[in-house]
Amino acid sequence: MKFLTEYRDAKLVKQLLDQIAKTVTQPWTIMEVCGGQTHSLVKNGLLNMLPENVQMIHGPGCPVCVTPLNLIDKAIHLAEKNNVILCSFGDMLRVPGSKKSLLQIKAEGADVRILYSPLEAVDLAIKNPEKEVIFFAVGFETTAPANALSVLLAYEKEVSNFSILTSHVLVPPAMEAVMNDPDSNIKAFLAAGHVCTIMGIDEYYPLVDKYKMPIVVTGFEPVDLLQGILMCVEQLEKGEYKLENQYSRVVKSEGNLMARNAIEKVFKIEDREWRGIGNIQQSGYELRDKYQSHNANLKFKIKIDKVSECKDCIAGLVLKGIKKPQQCSQFGNNCTPETPLGAPMVSSEGACAAYYHFHQANNDLVPIS
Amino acid sequence: MNDTKLKMQLSCPMPKLDFDIITLGHGSGGLLTNRLLDSGVFNLFQNEYLDKRHDGAFINLEGATAFTTDSFVISPIFFPDSNIGELAVNGTVNDLAMCGAIPEYLSLSFIIEEGLSMEEFWKILVAIKFASEKAGVQIVTGDTKVVERGKGDKIFINTTGIGKIHPNANIDLTRVEIGDKIIVSDNLATHGIAIMSVREGLEFETDILSDTSNLNHNVCSLLDEFGDKIHLLKDPTRGGVATVLTEISRDSKLGIDIFQEFIPIDEQVSGACELLGLDPLYVANEGIFISIVNAEIADRYLQKLRTLEGSANASVIGEIVKEHKGQVVLTSSIGGKRVVNMLVGEQLPRIC
Repeated sequence: MKFLTEYRDAKLVKQLLDQIAKTVTQPWTIMEVCGGQTHSLVKNGLLNMLPENVQMIHGPGCPVCVTPLNLIDKAIHLAEKNNVILCSFGDMLRVPGSKKSLLQIKAEGADVRILYSPLEAVDLAIKNPEKEVIFFAVGFETTAPANALSVLLAYEKEVSNFSILTSHVLVPPAMEAVMNDPDSNIKAFLAAGHVCTIMGIDEYYPLVDKYKMPIVVTGFEPVDLLQGILMCVEQLEKGEYKLENQYSRVVKSEGNLMARNAIEKVFKIEDREWRGIGNIQQSGYELRDKYQSHNANLKFKIKIDKVSECKDCIAGLVLKGIKKPQQCSQFGNNCTPETPLGAPMVSSEGACAAYYHFHQANNDLVPIS
Repeated sequence: MNDTKLKMQLSCPMPKLDFDIITLGHGSGGLLTNRLLDSGVFNLFQNEYLDKRHDGAFINLEGATAFTTDSFVISPIFFPDSNIGELAVNGTVNDLAMCGAIPEYLSLSFIIEEGLSMEEFWKILVAIKFASEKAGVQIVTGDTKVVERGKGDKIFINTTGIGKIHPNANIDLTRVEIGDKIIVSDNLATHGIAIMSVREGLEFETDILSDTSNLNHNVCSLLDEFGDKIHLLKDPTRGGVATVLTEISRDSKLGIDIFQEFIPIDEQVSGACELLGLDPLYVANEGIFISIVNAEIADRYLQKLRTLEGSANASVIGEIVKEHKGQVVLTSSIGGKRVVNMLVGEQLPRIC
């Protein structure tokens, strides 16, 4: 895999680790925002290799984890209708709603399908005109362009039996929510490389200025992550705060203009509820009025009562980086990937599942802090 | 497609039939069933046991024997370079081989969803003939049932196998000991990714072929040479290598260390796993096996294995250790460590 193996080079990794160790003189807490970064840190065993003075906190960047419970219930309710094919990305299927998961109702007979692209769902709608095809459009700015394109395609081709159930969330407002939290001890951020690939980096300058914190746009491979961490630590040690782009081989400062145009055309920004965190102003996408005929929320008038989360689950604190997964009394006991109490235990990008899968509660490799 | 497989397909043209799809009646046991049996379709498997057309096969068994069964429900039933028929033979043959047995007899049962085309059924039968001849097993008894449309998924196959234990074999979990080396016989995840590349909704362009194959001849020649120095054999089918190793460490209460840099994987397969968000350690395999062998013979074993069919990329991926009992710990290619767990449910692709 050309252009990837270079970023998994053991020698380079060692050099970067040495450099980080040499640079750091005091404890620093850094949040990696994206679930993909968490996954990579844990999968590659990087957390155990970093100097003790560098604490990584796993941010809210797992789309599955922050999708509100009642929206999952809504998807389940829709999928249980006779004439509905509900499509979703794979991760979403196992996330428990208040009573069941999509995977469970699939077993019970609902037509729930895993797709890699929402455009396939439009195809499915064309092929099944007698069915209502609903795509559960979950994700950050990364999945928004494809979801936008699916709506544009359905609109142009007048595929009236295609709609999306939107649960799109945005990264910068979530970072700001964490920065604003008085309990947060985070001093610098690794911004999500893939999100910036789409959106560019401009929206992070105001955050850096307002909160005086370093933000480094970072990739996902071991070398990327360590370079991003090193760049953060260097700024912190010097008392600087600026926006830097470690992932410049992929991320252009203006992002991907075609993708941004598609998003702009189809979506508007709205307030949104984040599971475990609560309502964050101007933090999500909703379909513009022009495309309302493809909005599953309006098309199928369903009212789902607000349900309360399991009271023992500390997902919110984990998502904000205030607690580590192992500090939860339920972690590894009542809450496992098989029987998740909260969403971060479901997706492999979720901090709890990542810790569980790759460390296990009783393992001496776990740095309990 | 390999030459023998192609030759077999060409040398076995479908007999002329007065029906082109399988219907409920073909499984009724009545006239249509007999017509199917007499149509020449099953002449492919002619042997002294089947020719009796009795309710079962009369066979003589002596000495230590292994007995196993497996059902095949794969979707899609045709996949790059192979189909469910070949898989159904190899699966059971390989389970016998993993017991240290020399496979001899198979039973073969079909559950067919009505509407399956005879052309497709014929291709599956030819693949079964190819695989059973290659493995050197005889199909001695069988059954065909047909279910209504919607009650099956084209075709399900069950095979049950019997094999004689190799005189040198002493394979048992209790024989696994600290210091043993863990060897995989070839590249990981090839079969699983080949299947995924043609699965509805996931199709992607690739020339990855399924590596499904019978392992019994390779195992037999390894047993000939290394005998009871081979402590355990496993084929990492569903759940992949990670699941098999976690089972071994859990059940033996021993620790397992594996090293990412030694895990053989084809570059295309690895790329597909990256794209699909899958961990190759958990992807299903069909044509490979894991050996846990005495450390002293590990080098010679590896050399021998690499000369055998379908094992050019064999590699020592790890060892049994006294630390972290009951756990598999992987050292990543950059030197980080993590615990490898058993797969929970199905491996689902990640969102981003």
